[in-house]
Amino acid sequence: MRSRSRHVSWLLVPVLAVGTVALATGVATAGVSAKGTKLAGATLNGSGSTFQQAYQQEATARFVKKNSGITINYSGGGSGKGRTDFTNQVVDFAGTDGLFKPTDPAPKGGPYDYIPFVAAPITVSYNLSSVKNLQLSADTIAKIFSRQIKTWNDPAVKADNPKASLPSTAITVAHRSDSSGTTQNFTQYLTTAAPTSWTLGSGSTVPWPADTQAGNGNAGVANIIKSTDGAVGYVDFSDARAAALTFASVKNAAGKIVAPSVAATTAALQGVKLAADGTYNPLNSPNAKAYPIASPTWMLVYQTQTDPAKGAALKAYLTFILTDGQKFASSVDYAPLPPAFVKATQARVNAIKA
Amino acid sequence: MAVTDTIPEQAPRPLVGGDRPPGALADRVFRALALGAGLLVLVILGLIIYEMTNQSLPWFRAEGFNAIFSDNWVPSAGHYGALGLVVGTLVVGAIALLIAVPVSVGIALFVTEVAHRRVRRPIVYTIDLLAAIPSVVFGLWALRALETPLANVYSSVSDALSGVPILGALTANPNPSGASYMTAGIVVAIMITPIITAITREVYATCPPAQKEAALALGATRWEMIRGSVFPHSRSGVTAAVIIGFGRAVGETIAVALVIGSSPRLTEQIFGPGDTMASVIVNSFGEATGTERAALIGLGVVLLAVTVVIGVLARTVLAGRQRRLGVA
Repeated sequence: MRSRSRHVSWLLVPVLAVGTVALATGVATAGVSAKGTKLAGATLNGSGSTFQQAYQQEATARFVKKNSGITINYSGGGSGKGRTDFTNQVVDFAGTDGLFKPTDPAPKGGPYDYIPFVAAPITVSYNLSSVKNLQLSADTIAKIFSRQIKTWNDPAVKADNPKASLPSTAITVAHRSDSSGTTQNFTQYLTTAAPTSWTLGSGSTVPWPADTQAGNGNAGVANIIKSTDGAVGYVDFSDARAAALTFASVKNAAGKIVAPSVAATTAALQGVKLAADGTYNPLNSPNAKAYPIASPTWMLVYQTQTDPAKGAALKAYLTFILTDGQKFASSVDYAPLPPAFVKATQARVNAIKA
Repeated sequence: MAVTDTIPEQAPRPLVGGDRPPGALADRVFRALALGAGLLVLVILGLIIYEMTNQSLPWFRAEGFNAIFSDNWVPSAGHYGALGLVVGTLVVGAIALLIAVPVSVGIALFVTEVAHRRVRRPIVYTIDLLAAIPSVVFGLWALRALETPLANVYSSVSDALSGVPILGALTANPNPSGASYMTAGIVVAIMITPIITAITREVYATCPPAQKEAALALGATRWEMIRGSVFPHSRSGVTAAVIIGFGRAVGETIAVALVIGSSPRLTEQIFGPGDTMASVIVNSFGEATGTERAALIGLGVVLLAVTVVIGVLARTVLAGRQRRLGVA
């Protein structure tokens, strides 16, 4: 008797599964995108940048709530993994903080687009209980991070902070142990803004001096800063805020001192040109209101989609990010795009063949 | 030995049934399945080696001999010379062995020769349990609980030894945070102690009681008995245990990545930050493309080669031991 009922329940499994799928498809057809068109059920897979992952989680949760039947999986793994996965068509879209190099193999799905959607500041966070409003120029930051300056009361730091009373505490430099788009953008900024003082080059890892400290991830760096008196490091805005770190204001290309904020990052984008393929470089923006260490990030999508259901879902998701997605961006510590960027990007999203 | 000769040979039991004994088919199927499973291991290993070598070719092509014999690991400048990483891996392994082997041998001797049976079991269980703890737990523990106290020890030792010819250079420039080859070596030592202990214990347990009793009967103390009977009998077995422990040590990844300080360079300063092949792979793979990706996969090949060489060494030593003991 027992064994028979077990057999029956096993038989039920496929029946139930088919029923669930049918139900799901039914709901999916009833699902309505932001623009009011019906979307077929589809699953979108993305991977890559961990920098944009918090935003992707928020955006996909909100999008899926509006469009049941659509599933979006965004797994991190790093920008390099995102670009490799995208090239090999393992994913439907990828997140990346950096661009393809000319030597990289061409993506197998044909022509592709960089879709900008948010940006975020990289803070120079520090631990000096006696100094509340530290101000730093690009040159001083470069000297601190390359260990040319080793104490906080160095004349170069004093010159940037004429009013502050700086302690003689030794400087401990914290950086990422894992390779990262944050390191890439931070070192790229120093290469651009302080070319004579910064000699370590730029990249997702650079040859840091041996007397610096390495932490794993933004949280690891934040942890070193928090636990070490006199420490300084570069940390993503949202992680720096989450760890309640103090961050420095930075002198921008126009000579103005600007604190890292979402608004100052959008201002950085306003000062630079958006290229036809969606790329732009917000680092060391000439805009007077700009925070100069702004990190860009993109989604990579193919211009021609092979699966109609996935293509429609992807276009709807990108449209959602460029409309509603801009409004909630600052609540998760990401800077929305300036209106001109949104307009140009939406036009390219509309041109995707699906 | 003489004892084995006295065991009487057992007569084969008569088979039941006629020409086709029942279960002949099952026997053949089992044979095929077992053979398949055995071959599968070889095929998988072959495919792994083929695929990884294939994917790492751009690295070897770009760097040639410099890939392994130059200390120039600067991904941002496009240089991938891994000598510093290879040496760093061996340094961490060596430190781990220097700490783990005496401790393991001590535990094994205590368990087999000294401890009362009631104490023996809990100790063996605890050691085996230690082997099952995930490496990330060790790494986080070391990061939180070990690094800072060790940093103080390092700076005292470094101060005390500065000026001493070789030791002074080895201990120079301690990392104030404590992240270093030494810390990584200590963590790995804790992680490989269980496996070395387990094998060493087995080897010591195989020492014939007759030899031990003979030594004791000649008036040897317990230590003299261990030195005269147990050690000579177990030398090659313990060597094999050490080599297996070393194999584990060089492959350890997460715990090392957390506490080594991530500074790929060739240095003799064991209290300073460094890097190993495994920790560089885990730290860089997510962001790597092109030649860097190939180089990281290539590091995997080098690591595999090191492990295979160590494995072969262990086998050879073990085989030598069996010959010497005259198993037949």
